[in-house]
Amino acid sequence: MGERSALLEGLRAYRLIAGMWVRSSMTYRTSFIVTVFGNLLVTGLDFVGILLMFSQVDSLGGWSLPEIAFLYGLSVTAFGIADLVLGSMDVLGARMRDGSFDILLVRPAPVLAQVGADRFALRRLGRITQGAVVLGWALVSVDVDWSVPKALLVPVMVVSGAAIFSAVFVAGAAFQIFAQDAAEVQNAFTYGGTTLLQYPPSVFGKDLVRGVTFMLPLAFVNWVPAAYVLDRPYPIELPGWAAFVSPLVAVACCVLAGMAWRVGLRSYRSTGS
Amino acid sequence: MGSGRLYLAVAAGAFRRYATYRAATVAGVFTNTVFGVILVYTYLALWDEKPHLGGYDQAQAVTYVWLGQCLYATLAIQGGGAEKDLMERIRTGEIAVDLYRPADLQLWWLAGDVGRALFQMLGRGVVPFAFGAVFFPMALPTSVTPWAAFVVTLLLATVVSFALRYLVALSVFWLMDGMGVNQVLMITGIFFSGMVLPLNAFPGVFGDIVRVLPWAAQIQMPADVLMGETDPLGAFAFQAAWAVALLAAGRLLQSAATRRVVVQGG
Repeated sequence: MGERSALLEGLRAYRLIAGMWVRSSMTYRTSFIVTVFGNLLVTGLDFVGILLMFSQVDSLGGWSLPEIAFLYGLSVTAFGIADLVLGSMDVLGARMRDGSFDILLVRPAPVLAQVGADRFALRRLGRITQGAVVLGWALVSVDVDWSVPKALLVPVMVVSGAAIFSAVFVAGAAFQIFAQDAAEVQNAFTYGGTTLLQYPPSVFGKDLVRGVTFMLPLAFVNWVPAAYVLDRPYPIELPGWAAFVSPLVAVACCVLAGMAWRVGLRSYRSTGS
Repeated sequence: MGSGRLYLAVAAGAFRRYATYRAATVAGVFTNTVFGVILVYTYLALWDEKPHLGGYDQAQAVTYVWLGQCLYATLAIQGGGAEKDLMERIRTGEIAVDLYRPADLQLWWLAGDVGRALFQMLGRGVVPFAFGAVFFPMALPTSVTPWAAFVVTLLLATVVSFALRYLVALSVFWLMDGMGVNQVLMITGIFFSGMVLPLNAFPGVFGDIVRVLPWAAQIQMPADVLMGETDPLGAFAFQAAWAVALLAAGRLLQSAATRRVVVQGG
């Protein structure tokens, strides 16, 4: 079986499992609608916080409200997509503790697809919707001299951003195989990451910005390309082409995360009970 | 066994139960610290733009952030304390066993939640707070009196937080499933406790309203008492009034629930 057919098989397994969870959540239709709405509200609180801040000030770190909304919309939409696709991975630790992870290993489908689709929750569309609405508002109200490359960067940022966050989720899952109970550590990078990227880089210390640019390259989800689109200086010196490398960064992240996942899976030891 | 010792044993049991998961505690400390750092920078930028917002200076805003991270798990701001277990027991019908016990239902769960809060405070709250104090300028009192008053507000905050969550959890007797109310608890908890922004920085009439809601007793009051921004006795009275009101409401709802509702089970 070649790599290609393995990938297709994984996607097929993912589709089937996700479909099963969607059907099961649709059994309680009212509950589903309420939770989508609730998800939209919960994830929107961060933006309400930003709006409250801007009821007191006109700019934050030198960035205006539409500009921060632009960052926010990109960060939340990209994270929302990754969260919808792979967001249930934080139950992995629990699955390993109660032994039900072993069941996934003996099924004739790629484990990553099974884990990713596990408890697939369509209610997470709430976050994507909310992020997209803010992004839409930002796009019409932000003061930008639009050009073709700038306009193209917007969808590129959303897609590469989603891929970068997905890589973080997969790496987090690999980490859970070793850490098990310490599943919450990955929240610092997933939820923490999307929160960080909602604010302009000028707000943060240079070392922190350096860290998320060169070590854990979350800055390529929105900070670096958005600074180019909005014509804002980036706090640390970067070459001009850096604004366009997000897709490459995303591919590199996914490859590394995939390798980490394989290493993790190979060293998994069942609890044996 | 005297009834005082019974509730003490329940509290100690809850403390030990949460203390068992050491890796999870370390992970929680790490996550709270990361979030604290992110929030501190955004608050510093905000206070840079508007000094003395809400009557705080920058050091006080920083102190508020780290106190929020310290109390986040302690007071189960977004849920996940005793009420989570209580909801599950109501949903499965196991609550029937609790009702049979020769103990007061509300006190039983309060004792458990206090034990949990104490562990979360010591195991999960103190380290991020100390991290903040070491790496960022904070406005901490140097005399004993404000710290003593702070401990009292924390105790009262714990009771208010429990009373609120207990009240919400009881609704599962009628709703059968806690998913929706959990979400409400999460939204209101994060927003009205001032996790997003200190309540004293909320604008206008909206600010006036959120500052008298019970959630204000959770982070805003302890922060203001610690930093000497409010009269401690007034803060105690505010917290105690909400604690009594919410506990009483919880008792009323509890007696209605146990009298009229058929326990689930099979």
